[in-house]
Amino acid sequence: MWEYSEKVKDYFFNPKNAGVLEDASGVGEVGAIACGDALKLMIKVDPETDRITEAKFQTFGCGSAIASSSALTEIIIGKTLDEALAITNQDIADFLGGLPPEKMHCSVMGYEALRSAIANYRGEVWEDDHEEGALLCKCFGVDEGMVERAIRNNVLTTMEQVAHFTKATGSCGTCVEGIEEVLERTNAAMVEAGELAASQAFVVGAAPVVGRKTPRNSPVVALTSPPATKMTTLQRIKLIEAELEALRPALQSDGGDCELVDVEDNKVMVRLTGACVNCQLASVTVQGIQSRLAERLGTPVRVIPVPSGH
Amino acid sequence: MDPVYLDNNATTRVDAAVVSAMLPYFTEQFGNASSIHAFGAEVGAGLRTARRQLQALLGAEFDHEIVYTGGGTESDNTAILSALETQGGRNEIVTSTVEHPAILSLCAWLEKTRAAKVHYIGVDARGRLDIDAYRKALGPRTAIASIMWANNETGTIFPVETLAALAHEAGALFHTDAVQAVGKIKIDLSGSEIDMLSLSGHKLHGPKGIGALYVRRGVRLRPLIRGGHQERGRRAGTENAPGIVGLGAAAALAQEHMEDENTRVRDLRDRLEQGLVQRISHAVVTGDIENRLPNTANVAFEYIEGEAILLLLNKAGIAASSGSACTSGSLEPSHVLRAMKVPYTAAHGAIRFSFSRENTEADVDRVLEVMPGIIAQLRQMSPFWDGESKTRTAFTPTYA
Repeated sequence: MWEYSEKVKDYFFNPKNAGVLEDASGVGEVGAIACGDALKLMIKVDPETDRITEAKFQTFGCGSAIASSSALTEIIIGKTLDEALAITNQDIADFLGGLPPEKMHCSVMGYEALRSAIANYRGEVWEDDHEEGALLCKCFGVDEGMVERAIRNNVLTTMEQVAHFTKATGSCGTCVEGIEEVLERTNAAMVEAGELAASQAFVVGAAPVVGRKTPRNSPVVALTSPPATKMTTLQRIKLIEAELEALRPALQSDGGDCELVDVEDNKVMVRLTGACVNCQLASVTVQGIQSRLAERLGTPVRVIPVPSGH
Repeated sequence: MDPVYLDNNATTRVDAAVVSAMLPYFTEQFGNASSIHAFGAEVGAGLRTARRQLQALLGAEFDHEIVYTGGGTESDNTAILSALETQGGRNEIVTSTVEHPAILSLCAWLEKTRAAKVHYIGVDARGRLDIDAYRKALGPRTAIASIMWANNETGTIFPVETLAALAHEAGALFHTDAVQAVGKIKIDLSGSEIDMLSLSGHKLHGPKGIGALYVRRGVRLRPLIRGGHQERGRRAGTENAPGIVGLGAAAALAQEHMEDENTRVRDLRDRLEQGLVQRISHAVVTGDIENRLPNTANVAFEYIEGEAILLLLNKAGIAASSGSACTSGSLEPSHVLRAMKVPYTAAHGAIRFSFSRENTEADVDRVLEVMPGIIAQLRQMSPFWDGESKTRTAFTPTYA
């Protein structure tokens, strides 16, 4: 059993502000059921003073996820939006008297939901990157800054260690490449600063990757047979369309579906519908589509899911 | 109020009679069984009795078919590593996707370091092995097939005798991890085709740190641990006399209570399970309901997360467990439920209640009393719960 502080237990057993806030002026939703963690934060803002007058939450998750959500509402009520935006996930953890290291992602989820709710109130589209860098692992809410800090503070040199310290890469595995880059870059900087022996540093491709969900023999972007001549845009689109069409039956059998929205250079925009919506495994699906398209086109492509309604 | 312990697949309380049987082996009878003097001889006699008690529970033909180990994990490791050594020219292993980590982690390591090829056979929605795939995976390169007797999370029982016969047709050895089965269901290895079987003392009201590997007479075994001549050279190290005696006493008690386990305890389990699905909507029983251990119930509660349920149960004095990622320290929900394709909506909220002969009607009443409130409380807080109107997922409940 985890070692929870008394305050975590108290906020879990007697959560404050749990439930639905009617007429919320801003709503933020982060996480997904597939990953075992999701938070919907609802806030009411006084437009005169820009203060958060009410906040409620609904959380799917473990004890510390519920406690972190509840703590977040307590922290932000009465604060102006700018004051609220200054709150970090560490503040949430500190408020609770600390969280077990494996549970820090619960506080990150609160941090993300708050930003999302405020953006929603202001009519902005919330981008899930911030001063600490891009959110790399969406399943566990791990951003670049957190990964870098974990690597530096604990002298991590393998992907497995990064997964243990941050949980990043531990679920769907789509962020493996991004995390590998951060690990390589951070280790290289540490070598330069004399904090790490060069022989210890992580180099992409030089060591086996732990946590990757795709079979070892099928790299994400498989460039097996580059075509002899460059395709025209029309040819590319036709080929992409045909490939997606071939993939649809498999998605439909899981209750989902996929359609092509746009092609722009090497970016392929697709819309996932049906059961794919809100399914965190959608990122695995996207990865699968991406590797298949890359193989057929003979060039690397990025498949980008766009929300429905765009 | 007395606590309610329903996590007997994790571990059991050591029976008071087992403790009494063990105690003298810490004090008066502290001798080393290998010694020539009276101290050693007395211990030797105790160990022989214990061996016969375990032999009787397993229905093994010969008492020397039992090799004592440090527990189920050591037994599993010994069996598989030995097979790779003794089965010349064969380096493939056939196992299932729902085995205990004692098998799965070992197999993953063997793939990485010994170039072993491992076939992982899948299961259906009720956790039943894909026998066709199993048959196809067996071949002239198969050193050993290892399939658990019963699954620890769902209790689903595998047809091990059939699987053993199929393995032999391919010239492979057959091992079964029977850690959850021994003591709960009748096992008779006389005339069986099973070559090796792992068991653990603490799952049947015996002590922790003692287990055994049954090795059918004639099956070659390469020791995992080398040293002295104990256990006929198959497992070196001074005998864990109190542990072995405790395991023997536990085996004798398990045999005595086998009838109770398969009638009264099974009825308790069934009453709990049916009571839960009747009282709580969107609750589904996982596992093969027609063919499973009498003591195990695995119920998935949709739209909520297992650790939160366990914390509230614990507060109410009830101990159970879950395959939830958050409790195990791993990141994925239970590999067993995922292999059964239980949807994420339910897999995160799966709770295992595992009974023993110590449980009573009052225990069941207590769980049925508090569980609906706990589930309702957490669902109230869940963003995925929008009342009883939720349409059921494609996942078919076992009880309507």
